[in-house]
Amino acid sequence: MSRRVLTMFMIIFVIFLYAPTLLLPIFAFNDSSIISFPLSGFTLNWLKSLGAAEELRKAAGTSLIIASVSSIIATMLGLLATSATVRYQFPGKGFAIGAIMLPMFLPEIIIGVSLLTVVLLAGFKLSIYTIIMGHVLICTPFCIAILRSSFQQLDPSLEEASLDLGESRINTFRRVTLPLIMPGVVSSLLIGFTISLDEFVIAFFLSGTEPTLPVYIWSQLRFPQRIPSVMALGTLLLILSVVLLTLSELLRRRSARRLDQKATSGAL
Amino acid sequence: MIKSAQLDSDARRGLSQISLPLAFSVLLLAAPLAILLAMSFWTQDFLTLDRTFTLANFKETWTSPIYRTLMLRSLKISIIVTVLTVGLAYPAAYYMSFVAPNNRKAMLVFLITIPFWTSYLMRIFLWKVILGFNGVVNGSLIGLGFIDTPLDWISYNQFAVIITLSHAWLPFAVLPIFVVMEKVNRSYLEAAQDLGDTPFQRFRRITLPLSMPGVVAATLIVFIPTIGDYVTPKLVGGPDGLMIANMIEIQFKNANNAPLGAALALSALLLVSSVAGIFVWLNRRYLKAEGAA
Amino acid sequence: MRAVLTKKRQAGLCRTMIKLSNIEKYYGTYHALRDVNCHINEGEFFSLLGPSGSGKTTLLRTIAGFEEIDSGTVMIGGQSMVGVPPNMRPTNMVFQSYAIFPHMSVAQNVAYGLRSQRLNKAKTAEMVRESLGKVGLAGYGERAAHALSGGQRQRVALARALILKPKVLLLDEPLSALDRKLREQMQSELRRLQRSLGITFVLVTHDQEEALTMSDRVAVMFEGQIAQLDSPQALYKRPASKRVAEFFGAMNILKADILEVKGDIATTRIEGLGVANLAFNPQPGADASSHYCAGVRPELMTILDDGAMAYDKETPATVTDVEYRGELTYYDVKFEGSDTPVVVSMRNTSNRELREIGQQVRIGWESASAVLLLD
Repeated sequence: MSRRVLTMFMIIFVIFLYAPTLLLPIFAFNDSSIISFPLSGFTLNWLKSLGAAEELRKAAGTSLIIASVSSIIATMLGLLATSATVRYQFPGKGFAIGAIMLPMFLPEIIIGVSLLTVVLLAGFKLSIYTIIMGHVLICTPFCIAILRSSFQQLDPSLEEASLDLGESRINTFRRVTLPLIMPGVVSSLLIGFTISLDEFVIAFFLSGTEPTLPVYIWSQLRFPQRIPSVMALGTLLLILSVVLLTLSELLRRRSARRLDQKATSGAL
Repeated sequence: MIKSAQLDSDARRGLSQISLPLAFSVLLLAAPLAILLAMSFWTQDFLTLDRTFTLANFKETWTSPIYRTLMLRSLKISIIVTVLTVGLAYPAAYYMSFVAPNNRKAMLVFLITIPFWTSYLMRIFLWKVILGFNGVVNGSLIGLGFIDTPLDWISYNQFAVIITLSHAWLPFAVLPIFVVMEKVNRSYLEAAQDLGDTPFQRFRRITLPLSMPGVVAATLIVFIPTIGDYVTPKLVGGPDGLMIANMIEIQFKNANNAPLGAALALSALLLVSSVAGIFVWLNRRYLKAEGAA
Repeated sequence: MRAVLTKKRQAGLCRTMIKLSNIEKYYGTYHALRDVNCHINEGEFFSLLGPSGSGKTTLLRTIAGFEEIDSGTVMIGGQSMVGVPPNMRPTNMVFQSYAIFPHMSVAQNVAYGLRSQRLNKAKTAEMVRESLGKVGLAGYGERAAHALSGGQRQRVALARALILKPKVLLLDEPLSALDRKLREQMQSELRRLQRSLGITFVLVTHDQEEALTMSDRVAVMFEGQIAQLDSPQALYKRPASKRVAEFFGAMNILKADILEVKGDIATTRIEGLGVANLAFNPQPGADASSHYCAGVRPELMTILDDGAMAYDKETPATVTDVEYRGELTYYDVKFEGSDTPVVVSMRNTSNRELREIGQQVRIGWESASAVLLLD
């Protein structure tokens, strides 16, 4: 009995989760500037209009730069933090992990506002660097969560074997550790990239003259006539996210197989 | 002797590796938070800062009706959203972990994860598209002839904020609960049944208490950020649905009163942390009581 | 207790506690249990012995009610268990991982199943104390579950199951996680506990020594089937098949031809040993087309000294290898007309000298110690 009820619940749950998202592609190709049913016909105009928007292209470029740099820095910091916490015991470990993971639990507006305060007080100008700092801060905990599962699956005796065979620590990391956790690293890069690309609040508070893509979208939302174009853009972003995620998931599974572990959920 | 020397070198290695990420987080999070705290005790007159210590900003935050209303409303919305999301996420996670066949688990996790990473902004905005005056619901209902004038109770109010936020945070709540449930040793469940529990008793005495850490994590992951949500109230809240984050933004940007904004932000953080703390404490008591029963 | 049981059994007074009939179980296309039939008697220490994948755990879980079988019936205490969930069965289980609830103290774990009996606090506490005392954990009630050692966990699991006074206690490889010394200690403790309580114990194990030392009867399982069900002595002395024989200690396997069967005596030609009359009682499943071989345990053959006491049979052989093992010496010998090396173990005594490789010897053996084995 309860089994069937739960299954029904899950089906409704997933439909509810996805229903709004499905509107994106529907209205992205609907030949009407008013967003409502019934649909009036198929069009590619909204998609084409994106190509003409100069600001959009600039914003997308800015976002790509920020997302790339943030995900790389966050992954490197994540590697250091994970390697330290998974393998070593040291005083203040709990505090250090807590401090690094804290942004995961803080309202983003707090992070945005506090960084904004520093920038204002120090007299810096808002730029893509300020956004990158904020994004690294919020991406690092997620990168750590992903890298941790890779590190935990890594048999420490492999590294010990390498050291025993006379390799230095740095080279052991390069020749043994890194190749084995590579899928996790790539997965971490992809996740960091996706988070940064999507992040709005921090970018909104910290962006200067160069808006990121979400900030640009935000500015468009005020104009009802732009909404179908935004839907088209949203569709493209959705596809990009799904592709990146699928890639990251495939990599994670391959890594799990390579490390001879059962492939279960590892995203969190 | 050898062992302690080993530990020391391990500790050194660990410390040296953690130092960089820790420094980054101290420099970009702890220090800014400290400065934010300092700022909240200052005053600003247009563009000049007065750095004399004052509690005026906090006094205003906690006594002025408008801020108090916003603060309590944010807390209320946040609590309702948390209860809704965790309440809906729990059976979903339960299904994924205990009912779904093993070979379908990875697929389900993936399904739940996708919305997790799709643009937050777009997901919120879609609800404006759905619930708005000219939105999908109203437009379609009028177009189909069910109603003549748009339903006004479905948008630009707290109801819309609650629906939208709950939907946006659902996947965030499912995953932590699922992860904890997956770690529950299945032989505990069999042992409980073997010792005479009906499936319901077994759920109450074993599954629920053992999955509680996941519920706590989900609650914190949803509750703390939603109180500071900026996008949702701005897009679907209307004047009645605005929350504290919108006021913080106004103080920092338009009103040029960063100190008051800082006081508001820190007060909100304090409020949410205390409520979260009380929740964690209550949960401990529940677990203790469950063990004793 | 044991003597009483044996007498009861002889008088046919032993009541059947568990009756398994025609049990079939599939996991998808994998045939996990094949037509399993057996009776387990009241007050008996019964073991299911087999290698991993033999279906022994599945069978135990079938009795507990955790596995749904595809056909067949399970009766416990004369009642059919069809559709009876585990919580309603008169059985309790000690899990392989012990499954000690991590969020409860030892006492809370032990009292877990008492809740439905709605006892008052004092009564519950008393029963918990008593049950913990029985397993040698008096005074451990307030310990946290995670603070226990492996052996202690197992005792808690035992106390938790026994406090409910089950008709049958099921044990799923309960000793496999313990180190050797602790395992041996627990073996005798379990045995003593079972005798004093008189409860039917059903133990799953892959360790033949464990099964032999602890059980009244053992069912040896291979590939989802019971290959032989007998007392430990009978299993060791008269294994029915080559596989069972090899599962219990060393056995020399020799080719055999049955020349003639008269009642339960088969005149058999054994490779290298010649013709002998062997006991013959075909097991269920064997038929006219079954192939047999002969088995002799190494300790049941002797290298005869000159003028030693007479054996039923004497066969000349050549020593091909000598392995000195302190208490015993193992000799590899070859009989005339046979290439199969045969192992003979000899107890070392102060006046017995080791034989040398290449030496011609006479091997003494009894036709009663050779057994016909299903190939």
